[in-house]
Amino acid sequence: MSVEVEIRFSLNGDELRATVPAHRSLLAMLREDFALTSPRLGCGEGECGACTVMIGGQARAACLVLAVEVDGAEVETAECLRRSDGSLAAVPAALVRAGAVQCGFCMPGIAVTATALLRQKRGPLERREIERALEGNLCRCTGYTKAIDAIEAASREEERS
Amino acid sequence: MSRVRSSLIGSSVPKLDAAKRVIGDARYMDDLTLPRMLHGKILRADRPSARILGIDTSRAEVMEGVRAVITAADIPNHSFGHGRDNTPLKGEVVRCIRDEIAAVAADTPEQAEAACRRIEVKYGDLPPILTTDAARASGARAIHGDHPENVALTYHYDHGEVEQGRRASAHVVESTFHLRYVTHCCLGVSGVVASFDGEGKLTIWSQTQVPFLYRRDLAAIVGLDPRDIRVIQPFIGGAFGSKLDIYPFEPICVHLAQVTRRPVKILFSREEEFVASPTRQPAEIRCSMGCDADGNLTFREADLVLDNGGYTSWGATTPFVMMQTFSSLYRVPHVRFDAEVVYTNNPYAGSFRGYGNLQASFTVESLIDELADRVGMDPLELRLQNAQEQGEVTGQGMVISSCGFRECLEGSTTAARWKEKREEYRQQTGRVRRGIGMASMLHVGGGAKIYRSDGCGSILKLDDFGAVTLITGASEIGQGSETALAMITAEELGVKLEVVRVVNDDSEIRPWDVGVHASRTTFIAGNSARLAARAAREKLLKAAARLVERPEQELTIEDGEVLEQATGKHVMSVPKVIRSLHFQDKSELVVTNAYYEPPSVAQDEKFKGNVSATYAWATQVAEVEVDMDTGIIRVLKISAAHDVGRVINRLGCEGQVEGGIAMGMGYTLSEELLVQEGRVRNPCFRDYKIMTAPDMPEIELILVESLDEEGPFGAKGLGEAPAICTAPAIVNAVKSATGRRFTGLPITPERGAREFMKDAQ
Repeated sequence: MSVEVEIRFSLNGDELRATVPAHRSLLAMLREDFALTSPRLGCGEGECGACTVMIGGQARAACLVLAVEVDGAEVETAECLRRSDGSLAAVPAALVRAGAVQCGFCMPGIAVTATALLRQKRGPLERREIERALEGNLCRCTGYTKAIDAIEAASREEERS
Repeated sequence: MSRVRSSLIGSSVPKLDAAKRVIGDARYMDDLTLPRMLHGKILRADRPSARILGIDTSRAEVMEGVRAVITAADIPNHSFGHGRDNTPLKGEVVRCIRDEIAAVAADTPEQAEAACRRIEVKYGDLPPILTTDAARASGARAIHGDHPENVALTYHYDHGEVEQGRRASAHVVESTFHLRYVTHCCLGVSGVVASFDGEGKLTIWSQTQVPFLYRRDLAAIVGLDPRDIRVIQPFIGGAFGSKLDIYPFEPICVHLAQVTRRPVKILFSREEEFVASPTRQPAEIRCSMGCDADGNLTFREADLVLDNGGYTSWGATTPFVMMQTFSSLYRVPHVRFDAEVVYTNNPYAGSFRGYGNLQASFTVESLIDELADRVGMDPLELRLQNAQEQGEVTGQGMVISSCGFRECLEGSTTAARWKEKREEYRQQTGRVRRGIGMASMLHVGGGAKIYRSDGCGSILKLDDFGAVTLITGASEIGQGSETALAMITAEELGVKLEVVRVVNDDSEIRPWDVGVHASRTTFIAGNSARLAARAAREKLLKAAARLVERPEQELTIEDGEVLEQATGKHVMSVPKVIRSLHFQDKSELVVTNAYYEPPSVAQDEKFKGNVSATYAWATQVAEVEVDMDTGIIRVLKISAAHDVGRVINRLGCEGQVEGGIAMGMGYTLSEELLVQEGRVRNPCFRDYKIMTAPDMPEIELILVESLDEEGPFGAKGLGEAPAICTAPAIVNAVKSATGRRFTGLPITPERGAREFMKDAQ
């Protein structure tokens, strides 16, 4: 028997309501109930960072958050990292330009982590800061170097998202 | 008068589908769902060695949502794998912890998993055989009845007379190296979706790297006509060789779909991925090597014992690649190589980026440094003295048609300031010490003729808007092949990159290709695409010449425009030429095709012959800092020089090298799949450590362009190379910093500290 809970939250700018089992993870709700594909299930244990989303602007592993915990909160996923004309926002655009993407499975998580970091810290970032922020995002293809380059470049740009 | 036109080749092009991947629009296996789709789960053995006395599925069958439960008795269960010693489900004997005992299809993954837990299996324990020594001991139980000695495969190679080489040696070094289990850790876990249509035809969404061989193998396992199998590859979240084999979960999924008459999906959990996906082959390698008083290599002898685990996958054939390094990395007149691949009750290995070459290069490059020490030569000088040149043929018959080996040795060491740093780091004392070390590698760079053909087909279609579609046999597993192939096509055809699309995901329409292995895609599929583009270009030029009534030789095509060759003056657009062909009386399409077969040969029974159309070289120099008390080794810088023949996509090359170095660093310093008593003890990222962003050193990359005559625009393969020689470079650097030679990996802080402590006492 599972207890169902009604929650209200904002998802990528849309105000939504949902009725979810109390034990359902935010990741399961986003992927299965709202058909989002950017938060990816890499481990389900908060170790790989592929499911990173922003809750109230903070990067969090959606697999470790219960859906009911986002009641009243603002949730953002990589799907919203676009400008109004549909083009990519500064961080994902920089990741693409720098060649940071190979298989890309980890990339939405990295884009979200970096976006949260850039919103919190104004001005150009140090590489060490970026590396530390990305510590929880595993990537097996790229060696991280180009992602760090990209985020550093994005932090120098005027318009950030 | 000649006009200079800019070339796409060598420029930096972001991966064509990168935007889709970064924003979450790319659809991976996890994202696939079909109407009425069920979810499959597999019950695996809970012990590494046993007889199966009985399986009772009755309690599972009646559970909510359960649509089918199958065991070996319910399916044809044909044997498969490189040694034909594996079956989809196991009915009689458990040979390793991964063994698939039963499978459930249910409405939800949770229901399927719950039902698996209700299946009761009666086992009769058999004492597990957990080491290759135990497996080869006299009187040891045969893990497979048809291999009484527990030896799955043996390899023998030699050239020259090793005894003669020994007698000519002034210095001989010998050591035994132990390499353990590591695993791919693809961020996207393994999965498959199988769906039958009303006529019994199967569509399978697979992550395979080898869709055409896969179709053939799968057909044989499940008893279908290969023509009735359509293989579609969704976006693949990393492969690195792990998807070269077919695995039991795939035919199991097909059988579940057959039984339920509904689409079925199987998706691994991360824990299952660690336990039940392949590993790199653990190896014990005894090797001796000699040189004369002047540092000329005289001989090399190697005896390898590889732990095959319970079954023989393609990974068991890695000695085939290992022997190339023992025979041909540097000029060695006398070589003997023997390898035994031994069955145990451990998890079985598969193919993994580098395919045995990490283990082989670790051995050879460690001993080269030891030899340099004995002779009293700088390790760089000893390597340069023995490095091959263009035009040489190695003892194994490998023809060095282009060779940037010397440039790799010189380029990497110049970037690393080798001489200066070696001097600076001489005789380090104290708690924190620095050192510098180097290592090289040789790998196939022009495919590898393992199958009867090493070819790839391409179809090029131009439509009346001038859109160019390359339909290639080559698969994309994240390595960026579609971008390199699009660049080659655009360059050869004379169109803008933006108009080229690549179709590479559906066996129904793609021409044949061996698959993604042996770093072959840029070389083989690149040549194939180039041939198809050349044919299309010729057709367009001929048609344009006819239209404007001028000789073809006076025309050229650039950026989608037919131009006057001499002046660059606009003649007409390519779409206009195409339309003129489509809409004339005798209408014609601009669709061309090509099949490229490299000029390599299959090796003979003595493993001799020019197996690849060209070979890739690399040298990496590592600079490290070692904390003698904590054992923590920090890599400060890797200077990597890679002979890529010719750069096609600079960004792609850089990405491959950086990623390969990260993988090589993990192999050296942190990664080990702990297999104890036949069980995987650390099936999660918390306990199995891959490199993270803060671990990455400065990387200086030198791309050496040796311009291979056969390669597309001169290019050769790069994919595997970057991971291959990172480990020996780091280990040689640690030796130079601390005086301690590590012959086993990984050097975790615990292992490092323990050894350094011994030295201090």
